Amino acid sequence: MEKKIMLGNEAIARGAYEAGVKVSSAYPGTPSTEISENIVKYPEIYAEWSPNEKVAMEVAIGASMSGVRALCSMKMVGVNVASDPLYTVSYIGVNGGLVLVAADDPGLYSSQNEQDSRCVARVAQVPVLEPSDSAEAKDFTKLAFELSEKYDCPIMIRTTTRLAHSQGVVELCDREEIEDKVYERSVPKNVMMPAMAKGRHVFVEKRLKDMSEDACTLPINKVEMNDTKIGVITSGIPYQYVKEALPNASVLKLGLVHPLPKKLIEDFASKVDTLYVIEELEPLIEEQVKSWGIKCHGKDILTIQGEYSANMLKKAILGEEVNTDEPAKVPARPPILCPGCPHRSTFTVLNELKLHAAGDIGCYTLGAVAPLNVIDTTVCMGSSISTLHGMEKAKGKDYIKNWVAVIGDSTFLHTGINSLLNMVYNKATGTVIIVDNSTTGMTGHQDHAATGKTLSGEATYAVDLIDLCHALGVEHVSVVNAFDTEKLKATIKEEVARDAVSVIISQAPCALLKTNVSHKKCYAIPDKCKKCGMCLKPGCPAMRKNEDGTISIDDTMCNGCGLCASRCKFGAIETREV
Amino acid sequence: METKSIMIVGVGGQGTLLTSRILGGVITEAGYDVKLSEVHGMAQRGGSVVTFVRYGEKVYEPIVEEGCADVLIAFERLEALRYAHFLKKDGVLIVNDQRIDPMTVLTGAAEYPENIIEDLKKKYKVIDIDAMAEAKKIGNARVFNTIIVGIAAKHMDFAKEDWIKVIEKTVPAKTIDINKVAFEAGYNL
Repeated sequence: MEKKIMLGNEAIARGAYEAGVKVSSAYPGTPSTEISENIVKYPEIYAEWSPNEKVAMEVAIGASMSGVRALCSMKMVGVNVASDPLYTVSYIGVNGGLVLVAADDPGLYSSQNEQDSRCVARVAQVPVLEPSDSAEAKDFTKLAFELSEKYDCPIMIRTTTRLAHSQGVVELCDREEIEDKVYERSVPKNVMMPAMAKGRHVFVEKRLKDMSEDACTLPINKVEMNDTKIGVITSGIPYQYVKEALPNASVLKLGLVHPLPKKLIEDFASKVDTLYVIEELEPLIEEQVKSWGIKCHGKDILTIQGEYSANMLKKAILGEEVNTDEPAKVPARPPILCPGCPHRSTFTVLNELKLHAAGDIGCYTLGAVAPLNVIDTTVCMGSSISTLHGMEKAKGKDYIKNWVAVIGDSTFLHTGINSLLNMVYNKATGTVIIVDNSTTGMTGHQDHAATGKTLSGEATYAVDLIDLCHALGVEHVSVVNAFDTEKLKATIKEEVARDAVSVIISQAPCALLKTNVSHKKCYAIPDKCKKCGMCLKPGCPAMRKNEDGTISIDDTMCNGCGLCASRCKFGAIETREV
Repeated sequence: METKSIMIVGVGGQGTLLTSRILGGVITEAGYDVKLSEVHGMAQRGGSVVTFVRYGEKVYEPIVEEGCADVLIAFERLEALRYAHFLKKDGVLIVNDQRIDPMTVLTGAAEYPENIIEDLKKKYKVIDIDAMAEAKKIGNARVFNTIIVGIAAKHMDFAKEDWIKVIEKTVPAKTIDINKVAFEAGYNL
């Protein structure tokens, strides 16, 4: 059997392939993006970027209803967007197997909150599988489809960043071609109006009870009996920390984390002296175990925040401190906008105009911090436009004359459209800047409905953002090159003063796009430099102040965007072809 | 054998991921169990990035903890200093002598520490190299990370041929030749 080293996400894609999946839908979001980027390599699977997670979920539901196996993947905040169809498809169940991968981010590597998708699944009454390495990620994905069809139920696979972005060894199998299930019209099952949903709710409760009983003998819920002084119930990545920190402990490793195998847990608990429940984020397993009258430790000795590690468990459970050198006191290195990033140019102008911005989700959220200091608020995808609208309705149109909303192209198409529609409909005023870099930047360059390309790279219709804004009822739409700072400044001044809804599309491709190869570089001319520091204000990481006050530009980092040159009044920076 | 732990640290965008993929490939060729843990997404944008690599007969934990790294490969001086305490007492630190100012330094909120490499040499076994200068010598600054791979290869127990084989499989087809030259340059330094 061929062995390959794979990311957790790549292994999930492989699992979907081997399970005979025919449709995959997703919206990019760290740490889930690479699932779709790997699925699209299998021509047997139709794979798409949907505009948002709700649409993606519904696409997968439709595919399942028609009788094929379908996979839908998203980051945990995407599950919030998809929760409307998710809660109800739990009642409907499936025809072809239906699996949702929800990628949590303990430690907040790239997210706006630290929510635990298992909680959503529990309320939606959707069973959850949690793999603990790449090999399991593949195997559990295949199992999820079997369980989905066996129990007439969508299944959630919960991953975390550490699983999704860790590579491990995976054994590859062949694809199993699954015959499409026959589609049969069934109003009681597929049309969720009150009378039908009442019936399905009865089914859902029974389904969960049956699964809970069957879970006691499900092979992925595994008891590893060892020394009985310490017993640990765990799942997912924390299982690896438990094995590393407590090699002699007895372990109940749960592959199915919802619903829980009550009898199996009771039996395991009775055999060990002290029981621990080790799970990252919410005490979901622990609280249920405690509700059955079983004594255990969990969040009383371990944090609810961030990731765990073996040393953390050793300290909490065994009282063993690991003696290590003190970390050196070094300047922090937070993420920053790249050299040549068009957002830096837009934010420099906004900063110079002393405007506040209601922000959104993307690389441009980094406009909140020094030295740009422009973004004042960030909630969730699409929220910039609606929060600006709320401010205007609360405090009046003059209040937001020194505000704009800033949203990326992909985020605008995700959930910004509704908010803009609402501004026009409810007679708001205010300026929305769409920072259009022709891609979904932060997650690593995924196409969307305005790029003219599908996930598989095929050419397709590209929605015109100008026409779209006009269609929503926005009369004043301007397009400006993001690096034309003079024109951008004039346009923003004019639009912010206007008593109407206006949209400015600040346009320039992401500096990292492969299609955007720069043949320019910026050069400092020390003789002309007056050491005023204006060029350093935008905070380009390719630039540094020399000891004598002049500046130097790192030619391996600079991509010649010319923003620094545009800030220099003395011609001390030149942009040249290379 | 005992599980070995390696860390690759640097600044987002420097190409640490490619290096860890090459290392992962070489370890797999040698038939070990291996886990690599990477950073994607927002943290990659010019931030401090770290890749953990662990290999042996059976690997559980995918991360390397403080005081546990056998080898620390740092693509930038400040990042070497940030993660040096992850090294074991007898661990090896390979550091690329490059300075990239973090935003906190650019805005004047913090100062870039002086004499990093000299200070690290007092505590750890340090191999320092200006990979960017070496890469420019062979005519392509972008392959500086493969020069670092070449140096690292000399301090690990895998066959040189395996490294070259994996480089051929891992880097973009158009850049195989220059990457092989860069690997040799690093290996022979």
